Amino acid sequence: MPVEQLAAGCRAPGFFDGMNLWREWVINFFPRVGDSMCRAMGGASNSGVFPDWLIFLIIGAAGGLLIVNVAALGVPFTVWLERRLLGRFQQRLGPNRVGKFGLLQPFADAMKLMTKEDVTSHEADKIVFTLAPLAFVVPVFLMFAVLPWAENTALADPDVGILFIIAVTTAAEFGIFMAGWSANNKYTLFGAMRAVALLVSYEVPLLMAVAGIVVVTGTMQMSGIVEAQRFVPNIAFQPLGFLIFIVAISAELNRAPFDLLEAESELVTGFHTEYSGMKWAIVQMAEYAAIIGFSGVIAALFLSGWKGPFILPGYIWFLLKIGFVISAFIWVRATIPRLRVDQIMALGWKFLLPLALVNLFVMAVEVVAYPGGLPEWLIPVNIAIAGIALVTATRLTKFPGDRRKVLVLRGSIITPDNAGYDPAPTGGI
Amino acid sequence: MPLKTEPITVNLGPQHPSTHGVFRLRVTFDGEVIQDVEPIFGYLHRGSEKLAEERTYTQIITLTDRLDYTASMSNNLAFVLAAEKLLGVEAPERARYIRVMMAELMRVAAHLMGIGFFLQDLGAFATPLMYMFREREKILDLFEMVCGARITNTYMRVGGVNDDLPPEFMPALTTFRAEMPHHIDDYEKLIRENEIVISRSKNVGILSPEVAINGSVSGPVLRASGVPWDLRKADPYEVYDRMRFDVPLGRVGDNYDRFLMRLEEMRQSLRIVRQCTEQIEPGEYRLKLPILIRPPKGDAYSHVEAPKGELGFYLVSDGDISPYRCAIRSPSLMNLTVLRDLLIGWKMADLITIFGSIDVNLGEVDR
Repeated sequence: MPVEQLAAGCRAPGFFDGMNLWREWVINFFPRVGDSMCRAMGGASNSGVFPDWLIFLIIGAAGGLLIVNVAALGVPFTVWLERRLLGRFQQRLGPNRVGKFGLLQPFADAMKLMTKEDVTSHEADKIVFTLAPLAFVVPVFLMFAVLPWAENTALADPDVGILFIIAVTTAAEFGIFMAGWSANNKYTLFGAMRAVALLVSYEVPLLMAVAGIVVVTGTMQMSGIVEAQRFVPNIAFQPLGFLIFIVAISAELNRAPFDLLEAESELVTGFHTEYSGMKWAIVQMAEYAAIIGFSGVIAALFLSGWKGPFILPGYIWFLLKIGFVISAFIWVRATIPRLRVDQIMALGWKFLLPLALVNLFVMAVEVVAYPGGLPEWLIPVNIAIAGIALVTATRLTKFPGDRRKVLVLRGSIITPDNAGYDPAPTGGI
Repeated sequence: MPLKTEPITVNLGPQHPSTHGVFRLRVTFDGEVIQDVEPIFGYLHRGSEKLAEERTYTQIITLTDRLDYTASMSNNLAFVLAAEKLLGVEAPERARYIRVMMAELMRVAAHLMGIGFFLQDLGAFATPLMYMFREREKILDLFEMVCGARITNTYMRVGGVNDDLPPEFMPALTTFRAEMPHHIDDYEKLIRENEIVISRSKNVGILSPEVAINGSVSGPVLRASGVPWDLRKADPYEVYDRMRFDVPLGRVGDNYDRFLMRLEEMRQSLRIVRQCTEQIEPGEYRLKLPILIRPPKGDAYSHVEAPKGELGFYLVSDGDISPYRCAIRSPSLMNLTVLRDLLIGWKMADLITIFGSIDVNLGEVDR
């Protein structure tokens, strides 16, 4: 409700009007900032003071600065959340000394990293080694440009938003390979090799899952995809697609159980073993910013983005959903071990890709059958299809639950005479 | 034009997160596949055997603590048994029960660490390890009650144990015995049927019984290959001949069997501890021996079933207050001798898990 209407009411402005005013402002915070900046610069209708390109450039730069800082500030909180949650999962406290609940711990760590010596090993290719963290971090921040934080609130909302996200984040792989190759260390080389080897095996199912979304919503624009989930979030219609997407995203983000590139128990820290100080911090920032960004993508594609069941500002909903997805990633990391490189490839090609094709096929058929929008009774049907497909695929790819038990020699007495290898141990010993 | 490839040689360790200490493996990889492995020992060599020649028999007990520092009670036991054999004495009844109880609690603690670090090597980010450590802490608390130390216990003495059980020990042990089986069940539920654990460990690193016997492997690694050999049954020392317990055996000899073996052995150890608490009676806990023990000339070898395998002490006495020679047969070193056979042909990630499933302790390997 515009301010003029409130003021023109027949009663004196009271407490509730003040609340409404406040709520109005909060809900439309981001568009208002953009509006006022536009107005200050002379508005869309150019008054002739500034040329168009300058307005475009300055507003774009200001918005870009805002978004990048949101992402960069989100990183310390994500790190904090991860360390605290992992601590809880692991029967310990996590950081709790610096600031309230240890909230300032990441900032203290950042201070330490800034003052740390920036070591470049003698054998490294110095130019590539220095450029690699930037090549890793820039694509990740580019992704934030098209995230729909709230209604009408995105730095850019191109027609091909989701395609743009997939394209730029795949480019981050260059940074990983540059880092691993230039450090001239065998562990980093292993990490880089694994990155390149795995890239295709999870990108293809990822794109297929996105295709399922695009078929249903009929657009690749991020705001359009969120708008299409007015009534029912996509996760309800495409539970299978959601699972495929979240698994492929885990691989894309190098999160457990696909954290092969930096497998701590195998490769020390994998492709960024040789980094220290601020370069290491940038690599870490890129990884955590990617987690935030892709959680945003999941929230927008599957969890109906800024829309929520009750009235809260859109960006609050969006941030809540991002936090939820990040927590899920942390939960997975705390729980399950790591897969081997060939097993991930097998998972990608033999398990995820057929499932993604099934998902795409089902979605296409349903969209053709109901061009006016999917009816809600399809939700249980799709859940059932997802269950059947998952069970069938599990059976076909032979991941049998092993109920092997060790033999227990009941009350037996082993002596030096009867001990030794029995070539055919029978169950009844 | 075919691409030119060449094998890559990587020095895994001595500084590496998964070497369980300071261990070096020179590995030749073809891509990710292991072509050749050359283990290099000795980074943690502290000369325990030589040092023992300069110390009295009681002082050597502190050295044994530092062999396998996750199983110091078992090491104590192995040494005092050898010294008693040399001296020709036998510890009092109560002391023998206490020793068995401590050795079995130590086995549970050591296996908890073994499983925890195996899962850590599989890539489970510290969660199972922390759970295992939570239970291990309770066992260490029990040790703290009886001897004041948690890791380097030095609790056992030639001719008994240092001190009697304190009054608060038995209730605490009863509480622990009541809780622990549920925790083991929890671990099984969490880990045993996890798809990733199975796909990473099942049929990986198969140790055939022949190779195991030829390599003089012992302990859970040997039994996981299906060879029924347990010194507690085969050559019962202390009061093991009065205990009823079962020996778990593996069928395949892979990582998964070695992992299941340790889970089951913890249960059996708890059984033995229960029987000890039922059978133990008040009485003497330590023989009256002089402070400086001078065994007669001669030699003695004694071995126990330590958590990692057969731990043996060979002592030669020339009638002086310290042994003329002390040799240690450490299970970790012997179990590592089959490493090359296990590793070739597997991938780098498997190297770490196979090494973890053997569960060595570098303090014991390098002595």
